[in-house]
Amino acid sequence: MSTNFGSKRIVVGAHYGSRDWLSQRVTAVLMALFTLVLLVQVLMPGAMGYYKWAGIFSAQWMKVLTFVVIVALALHAWVGVRDIWMDYVKPVGLRLALQVFSIVWLLGCAGWAVQVIWRL
Amino acid sequence: MADMLKERPVYRNIHVSQIVGYRLPPAGIVSILHRVSGAVMFLLLPFVIWLFDNSLTSEISFDRFASVFSSGAGFLPGWFVKLVCLGLIWAYLHHFIAGVRHLWMDMTHSVTKEQGHRSAVITLALSALLTVALGAKLFGLF
Repeated sequence: MSTNFGSKRIVVGAHYGSRDWLSQRVTAVLMALFTLVLLVQVLMPGAMGYYKWAGIFSAQWMKVLTFVVIVALALHAWVGVRDIWMDYVKPVGLRLALQVFSIVWLLGCAGWAVQVIWRL
Repeated sequence: MADMLKERPVYRNIHVSQIVGYRLPPAGIVSILHRVSGAVMFLLLPFVIWLFDNSLTSEISFDRFASVFSSGAGFLPGWFVKLVCLGLIWAYLHHFIAGVRHLWMDMTHSVTKEQGHRSAVITLALSALLTVALGAKLFGLF
């Protein structure tokens, strides 16, 4: 990345949100692939029940993959929800409060979901 | 000249009261529903993780997870839980398909008016169709 401080600091321009834009797409692809991986395992022969379902998530590679997807989901949702607040909520104080709420909400959910997979 | 400029209506933003009067093209409907479905899933994230938690933790919790759909959770009846899940299914499908449409447009630059219209109609139809199919399964129609 080029110098972005002092007199070279970029404060305007077309690349301002490109990092968010790219991260939202990369995380989206990860989640889409995860959906397919999970779907294939669910549709494998065998009656659906606790043992099949828990069996899918008990494999270590699936836990690692699920963990990565949980982090990806949190990042993806953060970019999207932040966009919603920036578009519709103009008062700075309220927007900050909602953004803080979103971060707390997403971090809390991510922590809980990670606990679920690694308690199994 | 200055008077003419003053008389021009300025729509810097659509007010909430004007939403109903706006006729969006299919691409616009896909776009706003992409946002709505994302917000719905964001808000219902704890419910989804609660289901995930109960479905995985133990056989006992799995039975609790399964019974939520028949006998409900707390004061909420089972059909209501199913309805919420149907909403989530739609939100996921629409968000997924609209997202793939986005990625496809980004990669191929297929952004003519006609292509945008066609892919938007396909997105709406496909998500509705799959939602109906999975909804029928959820409510035990097959």
